[in-house]
Amino acid sequence: MAFTQRHLLGLEGLSAADITAVLDTAASFKEINERDIKKVPTLRGKTVINLFYESSTRTRTSFEIAAKRLSADTINVSASGSSVSKGETLADTARNLEAMRPDAIVVRHGSSGACNFLARHVTCPIINAGDGCHEHPTQALLDCLTIKEHRGEIAGLTVAIVGDLLHSRVGRSNVHALRALGAKVRLVGPPTLLPQEFAGLGVELHTRLADGVRDADVVMMLRIQRERQGRNYFPSVDEYAHYYCLTEDVVRLAKPQVIILHPGPLNRGLEISSAVADGPYSVIMNQVTNGLAVRMAVLYMLVARSKSVDVGETEALSEPARGRSGARA
Amino acid sequence: MTRLLVANGTLVDPVARTSAPADLLVEGERVAAVGAPGTLEAADATLVDARGLLVLPGLVDIHVHLREPGQEYKETVATGSAAALAGGFTTLATMANTNPVNDNGAVTQYVLERGRMVAGARVHAIGAVSVGLQGERMAEIGEMHRAGIVAVSDDGRPIMSASLMRHALEYTQLFGLPVIAHEEDDALCCGGVMNEGPTAVRLGLRGRPAAAEEVMIARDVALVELTGGHLHVAHLSTARGVELVRQAKARGLRVTAEVTPHHLFLTEEAVGDYDTNAKMAPPLRTRADVEALRQGLADGTIDAIATDHAPHHQDEKDCEFDEAAFGVVGLETALPLGLRLVAEGVLDLPTLVERMSVGPARILGLPAGTLAAGGLADLVLVDPERKWKVAARAFRSKGRNTPFEGWDVAGRALVTMVGGRILHDERAATPQLRVAS
Ligand SMILES: [Zn+2]
Ligand SMILES: [Zn+2]
Repeated sequence: MAFTQRHLLGLEGLSAADITAVLDTAASFKEINERDIKKVPTLRGKTVINLFYESSTRTRTSFEIAAKRLSADTINVSASGSSVSKGETLADTARNLEAMRPDAIVVRHGSSGACNFLARHVTCPIINAGDGCHEHPTQALLDCLTIKEHRGEIAGLTVAIVGDLLHSRVGRSNVHALRALGAKVRLVGPPTLLPQEFAGLGVELHTRLADGVRDADVVMMLRIQRERQGRNYFPSVDEYAHYYCLTEDVVRLAKPQVIILHPGPLNRGLEISSAVADGPYSVIMNQVTNGLAVRMAVLYMLVARSKSVDVGETEALSEPARGRSGARA
Repeated sequence: MTRLLVANGTLVDPVARTSAPADLLVEGERVAAVGAPGTLEAADATLVDARGLLVLPGLVDIHVHLREPGQEYKETVATGSAAALAGGFTTLATMANTNPVNDNGAVTQYVLERGRMVAGARVHAIGAVSVGLQGERMAEIGEMHRAGIVAVSDDGRPIMSASLMRHALEYTQLFGLPVIAHEEDDALCCGGVMNEGPTAVRLGLRGRPAAAEEVMIARDVALVELTGGHLHVAHLSTARGVELVRQAKARGLRVTAEVTPHHLFLTEEAVGDYDTNAKMAPPLRTRADVEALRQGLADGTIDAIATDHAPHHQDEKDCEFDEAAFGVVGLETALPLGLRLVAEGVLDLPTLVERMSVGPARILGLPAGTLAAGGLADLVLVDPERKWKVAARAFRSKGRNTPFEGWDVAGRALVTMVGGRILHDERAATPQLRVAS
């Protein structure tokens, strides 16, 4: 179960072997979360910084709990109430964080590529927790884990991803992961939010919800950002809901054993009806549970691989070149 | 009066479109005579040995941003002029988006005065079309004309008001000035940071579609038809844009156009892993666009190569892609890249020199770009064989923002002469510029 990456900046270009390694590790970590004492010493003495430029309580909490269950120390740095909000540049922030000698930095940022940028400026692993409209790799990995648990193998499944593909980092990461694992992927959304260039990634494009969902094994709904209304991507939320809300009627077009995913938080009645969200096909709560396991797996694979694992703190700190080899690759 | 004999070189004449061995006699600030090797009477002249070198008219760059006044930390007239001379340029026209904006005679005079004081390349000023580049009220074009501007442009910003553009194309005819247009529809660009296409979708970056350029060119060609004014399209970047200019010229309209070296060599893929040195407006496009631009340059649809030299401070590029400044430097890489077009068979050498000297000079009505007897002795001696590696840290420009860092190129301006005075001289060995390996 080797994971060949130094950072987790995105899932584009990751091999099926790398993705499977994370999923298998995550599956093995799930058991820890069922224990009475939900903590293992794996990352004791390690420091994980959560650097969140966009507020996301769900994702940040998930990463924080994941780190703590592996016994790492976590530090939360948010854009509000720090030097970040006082005009400090991302390069400055990177230098300052570097001085704290973290073992990993989890980054959520509003600009696509911000994690790639940081990876060029620091020596420790960077974990992308969502950057602009680019990628959100751990979300896609937890989606894949959820699909695997319910449907066995991902290869050969037909997965429909529905919503605002243009702006969706969740959608992009899922396209890369699902394609790498051998799924057939359909993207479904209004023409204004579905760039034709996606076809180049080997996916089918559909502008009608019924066409996209028909005979699908998995339907993955994306969250619609209400603030997009007024930019003329669609006339109103009511009209969006009329054409793209996943209702029980639409779900009936899919395979009988279809599962429904949603990254949350839900806009009930806009992109998904309550009956579907809370219905028998919904695996939305499993996604949340799997998110924790996936993030533990990612932290473990990126942080624990360095050879100072399981040695005393003093020794780990007295090793200045730690993690530097290959940093500029 | 100083007399210089530039002897034994290969003289490239962009007007006659020829390239042949010839000697050239400079008297004072002018070219006194051009003749077959060894035929000029120049007993008392200082010899400038041009053996193995190309002798070209000084290059003319009609689109640079010298950043003075207001942003001297990015570039000054002095550093920009030094970069120009090192790149073989003897004439520049600098854009109006300074701080304060060059939208009145006082700023024009200041810029021109700075140019005279540094005594480097000839610096010409382009005035704003609208007050403060706001795109609303027309700037004092007549006053700036009296102060010496050679064109008007709101470059950096498109003129979104068709009515303002119409009036600019009408009013400038009073002074015979071209309107240089940055053709990108703001609403279609909508905060985009690179070309709209597969790479933008992959990187999750907001795109600027090719159509943003094309609708504006189409609009402005229609306005030229209405007004009879002179439209100069800055930095063409799309295949359809080239076609629109071609059609306008075929209909006899006064439409000229330029292209930058980066749009002739790079595609959107240069953005790669969010490389901010590949961020510019208009953005790098596709391979098909590059081919169409090269074709347009070769067949004369595109009149000029212009660098759109846009220096920025390192901190303005070393940041998130969304936040990074638009623009790249170009004065010191344009000549070898141009010579690469010749090596690749896109243009012959005289045509390249035409597109980099007399072609652009003609757009602005400048008496530059020729080597004819009686003309100004602005010239550059180029070693076409000199190989070097582009290294931004060695630039004379303050700007380090080049997308060509590390490129192996050939051809270098060894001597640059303005008005008969040698202002740049690299004939002494400069080993740090040679290719290391
Ligand atoms: Zn421009
Ligand atoms: Zn410009």
